[in-house]
Amino acid sequence: MMSGSSGRQRRGVTLAVLACAIAFPFLASGYHLYQGAQVLILAIALLGLNLLTGFNGQISLGHGAFFAIGGYGAAILTEKFGVAYWAAIPIASLVCFGAGFLFGFPALRFGGLYLALATFALAVATPQILSYKGFDAWTGGSQGVLLAKPHAPFGLLTADQWIYLVCLFCAAVLYWAARNLATGRIGRALIAIRDQPIAAETMGVNAALYKTTCFGVSALYAGVAGGLSAIAVGFVSPESFGLSLSLSFLVGIVVGGLASLGGVLFGALFIEFVPNLADQLSVNFGESAKALPGAIYGLLLILIMAAMPTGVAGALRFAARLAAAPGARSS
Amino acid sequence: MLTRRSFLQSSAAAAFAASAGSARAETPGVTDTEIKIGQTMPYSGPASAYGVIGRTETAYFKMINEQGGVNGRKINLISLDDGYSPPKTVEQVRRLVEEEKVAFLFQTLGTPPNAAIRQYLNDNKVPQLFVATGASMFSDPQHFPWTMGYNPNYQTEAHIYAKHILATKPDAKIGVLYQNDSFGKDYLIGMKDALGAEHAGMIVKEASYETSEPTVDSQVVTLQGSGADVFLIVATPKFAAQAIRKSFDLGWNAVRYVTIVSASIATVLKPAGLEKSKGLITATFGKDPTDPRWKDDGGMKEWAAFCAKYLSPTEFIDYNAGYAYGAAGTMIQVLKQSGNDLSRDNVMKQAANLKDLELPLLLPGMRINTSPTNYSPIRQMQLSTFDGESWQLFGELLMG
Repeated sequence: MMSGSSGRQRRGVTLAVLACAIAFPFLASGYHLYQGAQVLILAIALLGLNLLTGFNGQISLGHGAFFAIGGYGAAILTEKFGVAYWAAIPIASLVCFGAGFLFGFPALRFGGLYLALATFALAVATPQILSYKGFDAWTGGSQGVLLAKPHAPFGLLTADQWIYLVCLFCAAVLYWAARNLATGRIGRALIAIRDQPIAAETMGVNAALYKTTCFGVSALYAGVAGGLSAIAVGFVSPESFGLSLSLSFLVGIVVGGLASLGGVLFGALFIEFVPNLADQLSVNFGESAKALPGAIYGLLLILIMAAMPTGVAGALRFAARLAAAPGARSS
Repeated sequence: MLTRRSFLQSSAAAAFAASAGSARAETPGVTDTEIKIGQTMPYSGPASAYGVIGRTETAYFKMINEQGGVNGRKINLISLDDGYSPPKTVEQVRRLVEEEKVAFLFQTLGTPPNAAIRQYLNDNKVPQLFVATGASMFSDPQHFPWTMGYNPNYQTEAHIYAKHILATKPDAKIGVLYQNDSFGKDYLIGMKDALGAEHAGMIVKEASYETSEPTVDSQVVTLQGSGADVFLIVATPKFAAQAIRKSFDLGWNAVRYVTIVSASIATVLKPAGLEKSKGLITATFGKDPTDPRWKDDGGMKEWAAFCAKYLSPTEFIDYNAGYAYGAAGTMIQVLKQSGNDLSRDNVMKQAANLKDLELPLLLPGMRINTSPTNYSPIRQMQLSTFDGESWQLFGELLMG
């Protein structure tokens, strides 16, 4: 009956988090809502990457590229073709699914670190492709594209509240979808391919199909996140999708906890707030230390990983086990 | 019981509170002892070399505060890291405006970060003063009255080259090498603007490059092959050095112009070869600290003393630090002119009302002027030519 009570516990925690997230826009200022929306957007991208890397074992250092396709897709559709933002995001993310699915085929031939390198190349190339002059008419080259802010229907809410709620809606739906994928037959197949590829194939799992589809779904998540980001920020440019974005995604899923869907929230909080914290801490080292935020960020990352080697989610699971069975430690 | 006296007292107190409240509402970030201003800087990330600008400005305001501030108010510059990433810039600027409640923004750095926040600041009527970029889009008072540039913009500089070419070589055939981004295109647009429709044919060949390319040698060969006898190099330092060296090695006998972005002797001309750089022409607006000519100059001595006390010898020869010193000085002038009315309206009005301001590191005779229709503070430049050792100024101050 252990699993039944832990299932109830999990549902309780999920509902509590959701309730807080829904109450948030009516209590917080516009600035904090912007940050909240950024956290949700990052969480969506991390969900997608975690399906791919955490569950299926395919390492991607290039998810910033799919995030960029989603962002530019939404920007171009709304600003150049007059598509409404709520229609532009699904269209852009379907494009991402296609791109991810296609990229999944060459990815089949690369394993482990070689795939990491191939996707890394994607991340490096993205800003330059975005500023390529052949695409200027659509992408605005290095000038980027400015987007108009969407307004809440009937003017009931502020634009900040509305954007936050749209992000929350997308995050909740995509979390629900990811949980269903990960806990069912498909999830078991993905994990089997990660851990025992030969055994999985022997059992009749079509590894090629699963891996490419997983890449596509993962890219779709990144695309939704990118589209929402373009609308929340109101601006896309090649600098918005640099190499550091792709790397921060990987940092996010590792800090949150690999193969933990709830952990992505902690990963997103880390990506959003720790750089700010590092900037503030660096002030304490005097004015000349203004060059330090990068170093302090690195230090905090090492400390967190040393304290929680399986990520925040792993540490929480460990704490929960201790609380449930106080004697477990001595045995 | 409500007596007449207590009623009067309380209503007077209420009136006072109301007036104090409204005064504060009109002047966010300003108290009797402090004025709070904000900026974003790439202290981390790919553009972190520019972080020195924020550090120099912080040091400058520290000096002003030690001298008693402006009109008795200390300046509190809140300088936040945005890593040169526009989504982060938007977040930090919203924090500055909505949480820290700064009076205005000063020298936010970079074209993409500033482009991302311009609409928000204009919607909320928060001055975005003296942005640290040369893109011409930030000097557009008609559409964005709350945003003002600072650098001589790239188009201004291109106008100066075009005018010089028209005056000295009216039948020139011009070949242009440019970086394929807003920086490169701004020069190209400025060049075509100044030449006008009737001389548009003077540009016989344009060749662009991407920053990902290893060299620009083939572009230089193509440009030489077009028969051009004037070579305009619109490139960042590494590529400019390649273009200078290659054009010399090819024996191409063209008049070569190089933009201010890549006129540094240390980072461009030395790698290209000083002998091969002879005869280059550029336009400049600041005094070069490494040039012995300014050794006894008053402004240069002031800068040296400031660096000795608040910064270090590295910053003394850093072009960006000297640039920040001038920008901070301009900001102080705006605050002085604003007097005790530090409302956003008045600060913007005074920023657009600078008259013949001289700065220690600007070339002699150069003056900063702004008006409600002119949001480009630095517009004058002077041509100089490289003699194999240093840049030699020639001609008059020119207006782009």
